[in-house]
Amino acid sequence: MTLKAAEVKAGDSRSQVVAESLTRTQIVQYAGASGDYNPLHTDEPFARDVAGYPGVFAHGMLTMGMTARVLTDWAGDSRLLTFGVRFTAQVWPGDTLTATATIREVTEHDGAPVALIDVVTTNQDGTPVITGTATARLDP
Amino acid sequence: MSVERFPVEAGHVLTFARAIGDDNPVYRDPDSAAASEAGGLIAPPTFTIASAQWDPDYPLRPKPGVPWWGSGARASGEPVPTGGGALHAEQHFTYHRPVRVGDVLSAAARPGDTWEKTGRSGKLIFREQVTEYRDAAGELVVTARSVSVLRQPLEGSA
Repeated sequence: MTLKAAEVKAGDSRSQVVAESLTRTQIVQYAGASGDYNPLHTDEPFARDVAGYPGVFAHGMLTMGMTARVLTDWAGDSRLLTFGVRFTAQVWPGDTLTATATIREVTEHDGAPVALIDVVTTNQDGTPVITGTATARLDP
Repeated sequence: MSVERFPVEAGHVLTFARAIGDDNPVYRDPDSAAASEAGGLIAPPTFTIASAQWDPDYPLRPKPGVPWWGSGARASGEPVPTGGGALHAEQHFTYHRPVRVGDVLSAAARPGDTWEKTGRSGKLIFREQVTEYRDAAGELVVTARSVSVLRQPLEGSA
């Protein structure tokens, strides 16, 4: 689907659950697909006993990848111009994550309408795990 | 991370989309993708990070004959290589066009700024890296900027 500039306004928002009780297996699946096998994400004894964390945690890029869905499901495929985030808290196995996209403003880029979108993904406690912004092309 | 040749393959995009839990047919079904606005199979917005698969020297992948710092029966005791304990602080993408299955990209990375913050628990060292992904014609496809952070404990503290 695609979005028309006339159909959206500042403050419009979409939320989506992008992970429900995140599994260690999905973290391993992401390691295999992305190529990032850092033992902090894939190796419980290392993460716990050597690195001193409670256990393995998700790649930040897994959370960012899952979050991108709320943007592409709303604005359409191949509509993103930018997408940037800060990783603000770690994501642990068992976490349930909700990604929210909120239109900050509808503006123009090279004469075409563009949405500037605030993005935040929170865990089951309401703690933001990533915050950021995206811009997406809209139909006139 | 610089990579000379990063072929964007259908099976790789499929497994990557599965790993992020995204069932969008534009990442896996050629017919439905061809009929969509994208006009064919494309890759998810964060896919270029998987160019690591095509970096022969990528440090965060076990390699035959090279000691790995993860555990076997027990922790290996191998030292963690420089940067192995760093965490991802920020990631930013600028999309010049969609990444398409069939693209053969290259990735050229250059260091950006480095800065430090000192807190009670020690020093945080931030390092920026900018990576340009170009297609076979040399056209820019994606620009990626990442910031990593490494915690350095204060001297004398554990």
